[in-house]
Amino acid sequence: MTQETLSDWVRKLRAREISSRELTRLYLDRIERLDADLNSFVTVTAESALEQADAADARLAQGEEAPLLGVPVAQKDIFCTRGVRTACGSRMLDPFVSPYDATVVERMHAAGAVMLGKTNMDEFAMGSSNETSFYGPVRNPWDTTRVPGGSSGGSAAAVGARLVPGATGTDTGGSIRQPAAFCGITGLKPTYGRVSRYGMIAFASSLDQGGPMAASAEDCGHMLNAMAGFDERDSTSLERPAEDFTAGLDADLSGLRIGLPQEFFGEGLDDGIRAVLDEAIRVLRERGAEIREVSLPNSHLSVPAYYVVAPAEASSNLSRFDGVRYGYRCEDPQDLLDLYTRSRGEGFGAEVKRRIMVGTHVLSAGYYDAYYLKAQKVRRVIADDFRRVFADVDLLLGPTTPELPFELGAKSADPVKMYLSDIYTIAANLAGLPAMSLPAGEVQGLPVGLQLIGNYFDEARMIGVAHQFQQETDWHARVPSAFA
Amino acid sequence: MEWETVIGLEIHAQLNTVSKIFSGAPTAYGAEPNRQACPVDLGMPGVLPVLNRGVVERAVMLGLALDAEVAGRSVFARKNYFYPDLPKGYQISQFELPIVADGHLDIELEDGTTKRIGVTRAHLEEDAGKSLHEGFEAMTGIDLNRAGTPLVEIVSEPDLRSAKEAVAYMKKLHSLVRYLDICDGNMQEGSFRCDANVSIRPKGQAEFGTRAELKNLNSFRFVERAINFEIERQIDVIEGGGRVVQETRLYDPDRDETRSMRTKEEANDYRYFPDPDLLPVEVDQGFIEEIRGRLPELPDAKRERFVCEYELPEYDAGVLTATREMGDFYEAVVRGCNAPKLAANWVMGEFSAALNRSEVELAEAPVDAGALAGLLARIQDETISGKIAKEVFEAMWNGEGDADSVIEAKGLKQITDTGAIDAIIDEVIANNPKQLEQYKGGKDKLFGFFVGQVMKATQGKANPAQVNERLKERLDQA
Repeated sequence: MTQETLSDWVRKLRAREISSRELTRLYLDRIERLDADLNSFVTVTAESALEQADAADARLAQGEEAPLLGVPVAQKDIFCTRGVRTACGSRMLDPFVSPYDATVVERMHAAGAVMLGKTNMDEFAMGSSNETSFYGPVRNPWDTTRVPGGSSGGSAAAVGARLVPGATGTDTGGSIRQPAAFCGITGLKPTYGRVSRYGMIAFASSLDQGGPMAASAEDCGHMLNAMAGFDERDSTSLERPAEDFTAGLDADLSGLRIGLPQEFFGEGLDDGIRAVLDEAIRVLRERGAEIREVSLPNSHLSVPAYYVVAPAEASSNLSRFDGVRYGYRCEDPQDLLDLYTRSRGEGFGAEVKRRIMVGTHVLSAGYYDAYYLKAQKVRRVIADDFRRVFADVDLLLGPTTPELPFELGAKSADPVKMYLSDIYTIAANLAGLPAMSLPAGEVQGLPVGLQLIGNYFDEARMIGVAHQFQQETDWHARVPSAFA
Repeated sequence: MEWETVIGLEIHAQLNTVSKIFSGAPTAYGAEPNRQACPVDLGMPGVLPVLNRGVVERAVMLGLALDAEVAGRSVFARKNYFYPDLPKGYQISQFELPIVADGHLDIELEDGTTKRIGVTRAHLEEDAGKSLHEGFEAMTGIDLNRAGTPLVEIVSEPDLRSAKEAVAYMKKLHSLVRYLDICDGNMQEGSFRCDANVSIRPKGQAEFGTRAELKNLNSFRFVERAINFEIERQIDVIEGGGRVVQETRLYDPDRDETRSMRTKEEANDYRYFPDPDLLPVEVDQGFIEEIRGRLPELPDAKRERFVCEYELPEYDAGVLTATREMGDFYEAVVRGCNAPKLAANWVMGEFSAALNRSEVELAEAPVDAGALAGLLARIQDETISGKIAKEVFEAMWNGEGDADSVIEAKGLKQITDTGAIDAIIDEVIANNPKQLEQYKGGKDKLFGFFVGQVMKATQGKANPAQVNERLKERLDQA
């Protein structure tokens, strides 16, 4: 029972071919049986999941058709869940039980989703390998000696191993797309402002965006229908009419203009990945898409700009974790300074501290203009590149990552090398554009992700194109043999 | 050497919105600790601020009243520092682009002249919570009820030259925010508080001296005393061969002195940057005009009108328009008795004295405007004299009823019957033959003696004008 996708389950639940309780039990059993090898869940809420499943079954019996009614899902542990520990991968929040639900959690609950638990992640979403988690690394279901990517590594691994049909992720610089690529699943980062950030623990507020992670593009559409929408509790949330993100599934690819940013195909791209992309491009061209080369001349500035803006915002966002009101507090503080320095020193891991220090530095008097202000200008330049390109093409296509999933520990000692894992994904965050990663092939038995970047609010078209690709290919349907 | 003082004030006025600046929690004062703090105020993980529209409206009102630029686009920034009662580790404030800039306020000096004080800017920000040091052994309690309360910080130019000018400016601003009804002005509860930047320089020197920032000035009296203390301290330092250091000093009202809190070297680098959780505040011209249309009459305009419409002296008009409530009260009294000057004298005199004596607010005064007008009407129609009216007022203040019932009950109605007055006058003349003889002999001053005797015999109830007139006639005939 692992071939079914989230979309299949939505149909089967509506047809009453299976009950939500049965389905929930099925996935809870898989988690119990198989997650020891992956460490993808940090909290499993079996009891409340079964209660929610029963409530969903009652609603199904009434003939209700909420988007995710009865479907088991997992929440990345960055989303606050009332009454359930919300630790964000950190010792700092290990004792924290949220008093409220994030908007995304609330909306998915209202849409009938059944929460199985909370997924592991890099500490405060800072990492590209899921090795910075206080709860230990997550392993890649395709090869457990390798990383699942990060920061939404728990969600990606859990979906990849079919421990859950769909999970939420958040993407600040690639944290949905890169692990989706590494774990052979489909992940979508919506346009900035589509999905409410209320209750999503902030890493870099101007870049963070929650989104769906599931087997297929259609799955992501169903999940996004539940997750997206204006939220008056988030001032950066976009007030737009409700949209059905599965509306474009029957897209006709003929005449679709797809741009290949030449900068994404240059030096540093793995040859195997390049070959997979060439094949994917061929499939799309055969379906009538018009492929053309385009240029994003400032994309080389993405990583440096990102590593100024993101740590700057993070250094401020993480100031609230001070040991005073909630979360970790050091033993026997001697005075206020001791309380602060030891609580934060002991509560945060090395990568988080590194970014807080970088962020504090770039915002300091005398450095602000040279770093933070300049990085903001670079963001505008990068956004302008995209604006120009989207005058000529409908979508951009390229690799999600420059390399295949790497071995655990391979990059832990070299943060800059780790940061370069996100070289193709960061630009979309800086510009606020929607982007997704979908499985496009395999190299040495490891999945390869293809990235689509759309224009603002163009998620439905992007999902449609990805869906059409997934009608022609079966990469998204493949499950690693150990978890089949 | 002759020294000149240079003062600039930073005034924090709490805006009187029902809910907080970035959350829906109530702002009411005095609740049990931490009962008015929602997840947003507590700085819980994942929470986000949403700007309260009422706060923006109030800031725009202030900007218009200060004849300032209201920014079409202003930006909230984060001021980063750690403190236990600052839940997020940063305060959301405005830094580079405040909502109000470049205004002014005119103050009246003691010599009767007017001085224009520049207002550099006014920006919106959230208040922090409170640290409670009493009642927690070896620990500090944190009350976050106040966290997120909306404040407008109004920064003056360094245009003030004495403690008295500083107080005049602060009082004027206090009056203004209450006129606008954007702040309750309650200084005990901290709704209106002041920091003062004070420096001195040799008279005639153009450059400013090094300033000290005085904190904790929560009354007009403390502002004056703290500044005066600080001026003397700085003069002593410089004349003693020392040098004033830039620092923050706390005023201790018990000892009437300022003490160093921290020097510039210890100051924080606040690492301001635009808050990515909030969009820039866009205020369009239509919104500004709509608010301009709702502005109440402001103190200066009201004062001018009182001078013209009620023919009051500048001084009286100034006193009566010091607060919106007092101006409204005065006008209600005038409407009831149609005697502007008499009303002014009474409101500023007996009535204000009674307020002070009983230590009650205008709104709670036992004699309302209608009742006072009723009393003044009885003076106007000569039912009672001004002197008797004071007695009646006293009784009214003590809750013995309105003017008419007090006059009736106490039998204070003025004697205006000519026959009755004449009879009393004749009796007084008959009883004082010696004085009559002296008066007739040219000692005119004794006229007053006879008036006094008549008033005494009538217990003050005889109409004084009538007594004068009749007495003159009778004495001449005697």
